[in-house]
Amino acid sequence: MAIGFERALSVHAQALTVRSRRAEILAANLANADTPNYQARDLDFKATLASLQGRGGPLRATHALHLPARGAAPDEPLYRTPAQMAIDGNTVEEEQEKAAFSDNALRYQASLQLLGNRVQGLLSAIRGE
Amino acid sequence: MSLLKVFDISGSALRAQTVRLNTTASNMANIDSISSSTATTYRSRQPVFAAQLDSAEDEVAGVDVLGIVESQAPLRREYRPDHPLADPQGYVNLPNVNPVEEMANMISASRSYQTNVEVLNTSKQMLMRTLALGD
Repeated sequence: MAIGFERALSVHAQALTVRSRRAEILAANLANADTPNYQARDLDFKATLASLQGRGGPLRATHALHLPARGAAPDEPLYRTPAQMAIDGNTVEEEQEKAAFSDNALRYQASLQLLGNRVQGLLSAIRGE
Repeated sequence: MSLLKVFDISGSALRAQTVRLNTTASNMANIDSISSSTATTYRSRQPVFAAQLDSAEDEVAGVDVLGIVESQAPLRREYRPDHPLADPQGYVNLPNVNPVEEMANMISASRSYQTNVEVLNTSKQMLMRTLALGD
């Protein structure tokens, strides 16, 4: 039975990549909470993870006559629709962003814990104790 | 490691909010700086924030303070003929600082500062846990 590092760690490692990218985007939203005309963005976690795993992804043109696909790639951050727009054109809603940031941080730590357990498992398999 | 970028982003926000707090402090401190001519009177100063987009492919941006502008609102004029700085008509000029606006600005700036410090702390914890992975 072959145990590859890639196969043992893959989904959690990829989830961590997406989580850390999302943390960065949410941090940028919170940093720009007072910037006029700033548009809040967020990542679609499911679509981004799917495109990292090779599933989903943008529409491919497989024929010369295909029209180019419009719309954002799945791993591109999308713009948030604010419940209430600020008068200066800023669409950051601090409470929502804060909640999303802590939620993301918690899920990051959960993925990290699971990844740590996998590493522990591999280590004990290597030691054979 | 994209989490390291959070330090730059939140750091830029802390800097911008500090500038905002400083201008508020300066405005509040000078609220009674009387002057005889309109040209030399202190005017309310406000920072201008903008997102730091270095290149088009950057998906995240910190905050930049583009500069500090002086409010063009009319100055307050008071009739105080016995004041040493009064002009020939007996008027003195007072800054156009609005204390209510400044206090609201100060609270907003300090809340934003706190939020960004929290973001920094959380990111630091996430990174520390990542460094300790597999222990």
